[in-house]
Amino acid sequence: MLKIESLTKQFGGLTAVRDVTVSFEKGKINAIIGPNGAGKTTFFNLISGMHQPTSGRIVFKGIDVTRMRADQVARLGVARTFQTTHLFDKATVFDNLIVGHRLRTKSGFWDVMFNTKRLREEERACRKKAEEVLDFVGLSHAAHRLAADISQEERKRVAFALALATDPDIVLLDEPAGGVNPEETVGLAELIKKMVNHGLTVCLIEHKMDMIMGLADKIMVLDHGEKIAEGTPAEIRSNPVVIEAYLGSEHAAA
Amino acid sequence: MKYLQGKAGWAILLALALLFPLVAGNNYQLYVMSLAFIFAIATAGMNLITGYTGQLNLGHAGFMAIGAYTVGILTVTYEWPFWGAFAMSGVVAGIIGFFVGIVSLRLKEHFFAIFTLCVGFIIYLIIEKWDSVTGGTVGIIGIPGPAPIGPIEFNSAVSQYYLVVFFLVVSLWLMHRIVNSLLGRTFVAIRNSDDLAQALGINLMRNKTLSFVLSTIYAGVAGGLYAGYVRFLGPDLAGTHYTFDMITFLLVGGIGTLLGPVAGSLLVAWVTQYLQFLADYRMLVFGPLLVLLVIFFPHGIVGFYYKKRMEREMKKAAAAAQANRAQAVNKEAGNNA
Repeated sequence: MLKIESLTKQFGGLTAVRDVTVSFEKGKINAIIGPNGAGKTTFFNLISGMHQPTSGRIVFKGIDVTRMRADQVARLGVARTFQTTHLFDKATVFDNLIVGHRLRTKSGFWDVMFNTKRLREEERACRKKAEEVLDFVGLSHAAHRLAADISQEERKRVAFALALATDPDIVLLDEPAGGVNPEETVGLAELIKKMVNHGLTVCLIEHKMDMIMGLADKIMVLDHGEKIAEGTPAEIRSNPVVIEAYLGSEHAAA
Repeated sequence: MKYLQGKAGWAILLALALLFPLVAGNNYQLYVMSLAFIFAIATAGMNLITGYTGQLNLGHAGFMAIGAYTVGILTVTYEWPFWGAFAMSGVVAGIIGFFVGIVSLRLKEHFFAIFTLCVGFIIYLIIEKWDSVTGGTVGIIGIPGPAPIGPIEFNSAVSQYYLVVFFLVVSLWLMHRIVNSLLGRTFVAIRNSDDLAQALGINLMRNKTLSFVLSTIYAGVAGGLYAGYVRFLGPDLAGTHYTFDMITFLLVGGIGTLLGPVAGSLLVAWVTQYLQFLADYRMLVFGPLLVLLVIFFPHGIVGFYYKKRMEREMKKAAAAAQANRAQAVNKEAGNNA
């Protein structure tokens, strides 16, 4: 589904991502872990087109997307969430979600001027989509609350819903459980499983190991921008290189 | 407050604007009001790019001057009829706006603001120095007023006032369409977060440019009206202080709200009038007033109204939810008994 070939990103003298080759399979949960500053978010930024890689190739559904802009990549079916979700706090949750389906609509300025049939139909489609994804993430009851008033966990769910509203094939989740308590984390993990069961491919960055170990089909470990390990949760858990990266070499020896 | 909502609210506001000439004591009051409305149209344009799309354009007055000078030059130098020249005011401002937009919108945040500040100043300098076309510091005098349309003439202060009201209503109606459509939602998404909007598949450059061009067309049309209303022009109109006046209108009225620009320009215009007797000292009163307003009404007057309305609705919704729950609990208790 998504193939990454020797991807490298340099910011001046700093190499944030170095020669990473990996592929994400359809319908799987792929996790990316690594210490802070390992280049995980940069890696996401490269895939989603927010940053241009220094070298390497990104192929999505057989299409080379390496040099595409973020909005073009999104239109092809790559959705993402951010560590912090910027919602318009003065509007309701529902209002915030309507724009999520905008990329699948065509209405432009002249449609607005003449209030065309296409525009009205597309507005309806966007509203329907917003209802649908809100229901999917289990927030229908919060649809008409102000975005400013919802909890951190609900914010995360709204971020998922926004990503889902774009009709993606793959969803990149950047710390979906960051700042959320353990019980709520379980709920979010359930939601991620539900997404995969509905045919989506998920790729996530997370620091909560118990969540990752229970959820991921495959884990890639980044350290200083390099891929140091890849495998199933069981393989990663017992990999000495990973333990060294996380805990320091004395622990690995012990 | 219910009667202020929806179509009824709009009808009341429109009626107030239409009835104003009956209560106005003299033509001077009509003049102040008409000018405030003209600036409200320009400010509505600025509101689109700055309030809704989140890009602080500090060259906005320059585009108003471009619209005004288009009318001035075409009618005086080339002897075009007024309405033909007026139609060009929006077109010329929009075309120049497009080219300025595709360059300046490559920049973000402060850099965009600083760049457009420079653009505004360059427009001012061009108008001031290009004597042969713009009349330089002398400006353009003897611009004809709006020509009669059929039997309707625009000679009296009242008829000119109504003409301005007409354009204000059309401007606001179009703006209402834009900001409440998918297009408006797209602009607001960009204001909230560039990155998130782009991740949602929104083409930033295309949408920002569209918003910018529309805002400059508003400025241009307002400038065209200004030229036909005031009948003489100086390079001063492109000055940055007009841009900052418009920002003040936005802050006072409510940035990112449909009626904010109107409320702001009206209120500031009248407060300035009432403080006229203080001459140069009026800023000593005006300054603190503005500070108080920003402290106690950070979202402006219209923003304050929306906030209160939203809070009331939320409270109502919460109470309804509570009642529902209570009912459910009662039912259950009844079933158990």
